[in-house]
Amino acid sequence: MNSGRTLATARRVLQQLIHDHRTLGLLFVVPLVLLGLLCWIYQDTPVMFDRIGPALLGIFPFVVMFLVTSIATLRERSSGTLERLLTMPIAKLDILMGYALSFGLLAVLQAVLASVFSVYVLGMDVTGPLWFLIIVALADAVLGCTLGLFASAFARTEFQAVQFMPAFVLPQVLLCGLLVPVLQLPTVLHWLANCLPLTYAVDAMTRLGVDQGVTFREIWDVIVVAIFALLAVLLGAATLHRQTK
Amino acid sequence: MHDAVPSAAIQGHQLTVVRGNFSALQEVSFAISPGSITGLLGPSGSGKTTLMRAIMGVQAITSGTVQVLDQPAGSEVLRKSIGYVTQAPAIYDDLTTRQNVQYFATILGVDDAETDQVIGVVDLTPQKDQLAGSLSGGQRARVSLAVALLGNPEVLILDEPTVGLDPVLRQSLWQLFRKLAAEGHTLLVSSHIMDEAEQCEHVLLLREGQVLYGGTKAGLLTTTHTRNVEKAFLKLAGARHE
Repeated sequence: MNSGRTLATARRVLQQLIHDHRTLGLLFVVPLVLLGLLCWIYQDTPVMFDRIGPALLGIFPFVVMFLVTSIATLRERSSGTLERLLTMPIAKLDILMGYALSFGLLAVLQAVLASVFSVYVLGMDVTGPLWFLIIVALADAVLGCTLGLFASAFARTEFQAVQFMPAFVLPQVLLCGLLVPVLQLPTVLHWLANCLPLTYAVDAMTRLGVDQGVTFREIWDVIVVAIFALLAVLLGAATLHRQTK
Repeated sequence: MHDAVPSAAIQGHQLTVVRGNFSALQEVSFAISPGSITGLLGPSGSGKTTLMRAIMGVQAITSGTVQVLDQPAGSEVLRKSIGYVTQAPAIYDDLTTRQNVQYFATILGVDDAETDQVIGVVDLTPQKDQLAGSLSGGQRARVSLAVALLGNPEVLILDEPTVGLDPVLRQSLWQLFRKLAAEGHTLLVSSHIMDEAEQCEHVLLLREGQVLYGGTKAGLLTTTHTRNVEKAFLKLAGARHE
C-alpha cells in the first residue's frame, strides 16, 4: 500500500461525486427529510421518537453508503477502469481504502448534519455526547461502504446491485433491534442478530440515547463494527482480480 | 537502457487461450522487435483484443507463454513500462479530461507537469476541462491514449486507437506513433481495417484465433504476390480453407 495512491484515489472518487450534484443533494437531504417525517409521525408520543430516532441515525449512513458504494464500484468494474488501474502499480487495498476514505468523509458530513438536525431542530433527546454519536454514525457509514464494495463483486449489472440492498441490508434492519429489542427476539434470531454488524451499530446508538456518558459497552460496539468493516475490506480485496479467466 | 538489445520486445510462444468452450487463441507464436510498429490486423472476433489482454497480463493463459521485455506478461515490474489503450476507453466519464489524466499520473508516480503535456500531444488541450462523458467517441479514445503515454513507457499496446477518428486526426496519430517508434518505443496497434497496415512496417495477421502471418509487410506482399494487405489476407485465409 502507498498513502499517495490511496489519497489520490479518494480525491478522484470525491471529484467524481462533486460533478454529480443531484447525488450529493440526495445524500445529505434525504436523511433529514426522513428524520423530520419520523418526528412528525410520533408528534404525540415523543418517547417513541427518542427511542427510534437514534437507531435510525445509525441505519441511514449504513444503507445509503452501502448503495452508493456498491453502484460506484460496480461501475468501476464494468467500465474497464478497474482493470486498467490494476495494470498499473497500485495495490488493491489502495483502491478500496481510497473508496472507504472518500465515502467515509461524505458519511461524516451526513452524520453531522443528521445528528445536529435531530438534536437541535427536532428536539431528539440524546443523553450521550454528540461527538460519540457522530463517531458511531461514521463507523456505520464505513461499514456500509465496505460491505457495498464486497457485495458489488457479486453483481454483474446495476439491477442486481440494487437488489443486494434488500438482500444484504434489510435482514439486518429487521433484526438489529429497531422493531423488537434483540433480547426479546426468538432464540435463533437472537443468535443471528448477534452475528450481524448492524445490531452493534444500532445498540451503540440506542444506548447513547439513554446512557449518560460513553460506557465500555458502546466502545465495544464500535470496535465490533470496525472489525466487520475491516473484514469486509479484506474480503473485498480478495474479489479484485488482476487477471480474468 | 539495455546493454544488449533484446531479440524481441514482446514474444509469444504457442499461446492458447480458452474461454469456456471457445478457444479465443490457438497456439499463437509471434515476436515483435523493439522500436517497431506492428499492426495487429484481423476481423472483429479474430482474437486481437484477447491477444493484447494476454500481453497486458489481464487475460489468463491456458497454455504457452507471453513475454514482454524479457519478463512474463503481467509481472509487477512491467506495470510502469507498458502503456495500454483498451478498446472501450477506460476513463471516468464523470471526471474532466485533466482530472482523468492527473489521477492516472499520480498512480503511475509521474510528475504532474506531464499531465498537460500528454493532453497536448493527443490534441485535447481545448477539451481539458470538459467532462469525459460529454466528449465524442474519438476524443474519449484520445483521453485513454493520453493516459497510456504517461511516464514514457517502453511498450505501447493500443487496441483500435484510431477507430472512428477523422482521417486528418488519424494521420496525425500515426505520425505520433512513428515518432514514438523512432525514439525506440515498441508499438503494437490493432485494427480491423486492413488499410491501417499501410502505416506499419510489421504486421501480425489474425483470423479465428490463429496467426495467418507475422513479419514485415514487405515480406507479406512478396510471399503472397499481392499488392496490398487486404488481398494478402484473402489469399492466406483462402489457402487455409483449401
